Amino acid sequence: MDETQTKIKQFLSRFFKNHDLQPSEDIFALGFVNSLLAMQLVAFVEKEFGLAVEDEDLDLDNFRSIDAISALIARKSIPGGASGESLG
Amino acid sequence: MILDLTPEQRAAREQFRTFAAERIAPFANAWDAQEAIPRELIAALGARGWLGSVLPSEDGGAGFDRITYGLLTEEIGRACSSSRSLLTVHDMVGHALRRWGKPEAKERFLQPLARGERIGAFALSEPNVGSDAAAIETRAVEDGESFILDGRKKWTTFGQIADLFLVFAKVTGQPAAFLAERDTPGLSVLPIHGMLGTRASMLAELHFDGCRVPRTSMLGKPGFGISHVAATALELGRYSVACGSVGILQACLAASQDYAVERVQFGLPLNKHPLIRAMLTEMIANVRAGRLLCLRAGFLQERSDPAAFAETMVAKYFCSVVAAKGASDAVQIHGANGCGPDSSVARYLRDAKMMEIIEGSTQIQELAIPRFDFPEL
Repeated sequence: MDETQTKIKQFLSRFFKNHDLQPSEDIFALGFVNSLLAMQLVAFVEKEFGLAVEDEDLDLDNFRSIDAISALIARKSIPGGASGESLG
Repeated sequence: MILDLTPEQRAAREQFRTFAAERIAPFANAWDAQEAIPRELIAALGARGWLGSVLPSEDGGAGFDRITYGLLTEEIGRACSSSRSLLTVHDMVGHALRRWGKPEAKERFLQPLARGERIGAFALSEPNVGSDAAAIETRAVEDGESFILDGRKKWTTFGQIADLFLVFAKVTGQPAAFLAERDTPGLSVLPIHGMLGTRASMLAELHFDGCRVPRTSMLGKPGFGISHVAATALELGRYSVACGSVGILQACLAASQDYAVERVQFGLPLNKHPLIRAMLTEMIANVRAGRLLCLRAGFLQERSDPAAFAETMVAKYFCSVVAAKGASDAVQIHGANGCGPDSSVARYLRDAKMMEIIEGSTQIQELAIPRFDFPEL
């Protein structure tokens, strides 16, 4: 697990107590995600990684697992990458 | 965490307080009776940039930090909850639009909203749907480059005069958010009168009958209307309501302290009676506690901290509950004089009760708050 994935896991683990969340596990299928977590997850990704989650990024597949969130962050971290606006 | 205001924030609070004391408080009971605030007040708020206070300068707003915004809503809310509720719903629309709106919609609406030239309103509740927002019955059907809205919205604050509605509707079963202009064919606005509290907040019922809005009016995507768009708006709304509740409680405290000095019973001013002093003490402690919770929520929001969501919910929960309790005590202290038609504390009580219902009821907060993880301070 790389540094990005570790940070994501640490954040999600605050909500998924007593479960060792694996990188590819579907957090929606596990029933862990609700509307209370949704915007916190967006805020976490933006603040921790200095990115702006935008309209076009709103796709459940981008937030489905640690791997998926990590991939979204990687794409948006590339200058000129998919909707890669930085929060500056 | 910094627990003190900056000199700039203190100066801004003084400006808000002076305006509210001179331009709002003396007239609030009359507006309550008339069930409307005057257009002149809305123009005065707009002229000061206070209807675009949370929007950044590049969008035409005043760019207030979140603490300063909280001070604005507390001071306006101290004078008149109906006037504060205008700021709340209008700012929720601008904030959500800036966060999730399409470029075309931002270009068209943000600057007029920021200048107060257009008033925004938040249309989520329906005749059959309140707390269970995901169960909304309003529908949006895709039709070329448009969506067709059909359904009813109810309890829309300032719906009577709003120019732009943030409307929530389901697209093939998925909640979505749209902007609808007031003059859109198929949209009709019916005033609601005789509310318990915030009577001057000009509530309305909205009827959407084949109401066509452009695709560019959608905020976010279908499936994210409640969880992201409404949540963005409601986080700001809860903060505004929390601060406004502190304002109500502060007003209750000030009125009660004054009355307890001048009113003599059994040969003593009321403030010499221990049972009255107990009520005043509770109000003092709750004002201070509530203000600290608001400061923490504002501080975290300003830093875009993920913890802001939960802390804002706690602030809204606590402040609205203690405002209702304090307002009830304020009426009790005033006795029959607090029950008359011209009584400000009677208005505070009616308004405070509304705070326990709007932007997530007390019971919804009680269900949600234990689900969060709260790190140590």
